[in-house]
Amino acid sequence: MFAGSNLEKVLSNGHFAVTGELGPMRGTDLGPCLEHAEHMRNHVDAYNITCNQTAVVRIASMAAAIKLVERGMDPVMQMTVRDRNRIMLQADILGGAACGVGNFLCIQGDHQTLGSEPQAKGVYDVDSTQLMRIIKNMRDENVFASGDKLEAPLKAFIGGVVNPFADPFEYRVDRFAKKIEAGVQFVQTQCIYDMDRLKEYMKRVVDKGLHEKCYIMAGITPLKAVGAAMYMKNNVAGIIIPDEIVARLKGAKDKKKEGLKMAIEQIQQIREIEGFKGVHIMAIAWEEMVPHIVEEVGGLLPRPKFD
Amino acid sequence: MIIGERKPLEEVFNRTDSFKKICVLGCETCVAVCLAGGDKEAQETAEAIKMHREQTNNPVEIKASSIQRQCEYEFIDEVMEELKEYDVILSLACGVGVQTMATKVPEMFILPGLNTSFLGYPLEQGVWMENCKACGDCVLDRTYGICPVTRCSKSMMNGPCGGSSEGICEVSKDTECGWALIYDRLKALGKLEYMDEIIPPKNWSTSFHGGPRKIVREDVKIVRGE
Repeated sequence: MFAGSNLEKVLSNGHFAVTGELGPMRGTDLGPCLEHAEHMRNHVDAYNITCNQTAVVRIASMAAAIKLVERGMDPVMQMTVRDRNRIMLQADILGGAACGVGNFLCIQGDHQTLGSEPQAKGVYDVDSTQLMRIIKNMRDENVFASGDKLEAPLKAFIGGVVNPFADPFEYRVDRFAKKIEAGVQFVQTQCIYDMDRLKEYMKRVVDKGLHEKCYIMAGITPLKAVGAAMYMKNNVAGIIIPDEIVARLKGAKDKKKEGLKMAIEQIQQIREIEGFKGVHIMAIAWEEMVPHIVEEVGGLLPRPKFD
Repeated sequence: MIIGERKPLEEVFNRTDSFKKICVLGCETCVAVCLAGGDKEAQETAEAIKMHREQTNNPVEIKASSIQRQCEYEFIDEVMEELKEYDVILSLACGVGVQTMATKVPEMFILPGLNTSFLGYPLEQGVWMENCKACGDCVLDRTYGICPVTRCSKSMMNGPCGGSSEGICEVSKDTECGWALIYDRLKALGKLEYMDEIIPPKNWSTSFHGGPRKIVREDVKIVRGE
């Protein structure tokens, strides 16, 4: 065991893992975030805590992650390299680990000009691949990026993201291989809507044997409204929403119900695709629907328990 | 070269309003080539200030002039005595020129008339592109001529992020993805294996992050007394 976190146990014991996503609040009350966590307690194995998601200021991911640890839940602490240099990144890894966080997910982060503080200075001292390697070296070699020794060992299960829908497409699988080389142990994908492209990506991943070197979890986001789908389709780089998905949502009487139905079907479909070891449900501003989705997929409950 | 852009005239008017004798001084090197701060722009700026002053009943004695380079003492020397007749110098040089002037003529007010934008080149007539951040540790040998530090909005060293779509960066539809450019170039050159190499964290101490930089070359320094 690298961290002994619940997520690591679920994945390493061969179970199909389920994770949810929680975005901390834009004020000092973490209440709603913790309520969402409680609500999905019996339906997910771990909870991603976003890190200033979409470059918008929020409660720090480490603070929310520690609150989950206190409640006996397993957080996946997201860490963007946008806002912190290697000094603070390593400090937060130590801080999180010292307080019981086991899963650290390294991401680049949306550019600061797209968020709530567009005049901010971006840090980008290291990139997400380099951060994976830094954590790996802290854990396996007991050294910081500088080469200095840690005074006490680090336990960490190293996560990352892959985006089958970004370009250059033909490089995406090689980039994933590079992240594995850097130390990533589990990855979650960008929100999946384009099944054809996903299947092509996964075929290449499996051909390279990457699914045997890293746990791959499919990212699913239920669509709540046509407007939201159109916004993502036209404005969010790296997300592909095929026209037929939009058409199906448009044609439905109850958009929300249809959105949930599509997400459930998507999870059922990805379970049939070779290489996936779990699903990551990102029900943005719709966290309360996670239990429903998990129940309706079928065969995912009860979640495995470990002593 | 250094690319600059003229400050908005309103800002220039406000900053110079209290001065009665103004010299607008152009710089005939980089900023002249990028059509921002050469002799022609100095003349135009002086004319604009003069008109503004006439309209606001605030008479001014103003002159436009230019020197070859405001970032070298020997060129400033040529006009030193003349400059001292003015209350203020509105320099249309880059930040380097403005500061060199301030060092050379410390008793005078020097104001910047330009915003120094970046190190770059003219892409086409009227379009300039940033392509160097002067990080002090060039990596162009690894990417065969396209800088990831400058051309990637996140200065990533290990390939494109998830916001790269059809060659475009997530930051803006007008911004190319630097890593898509690098990928295409390496592919064309048959050097794609570079993309698989993990590049370790960059040493930023050679950049501004190491503090203001200075180069001392003993081999070319002039030793006093010789």
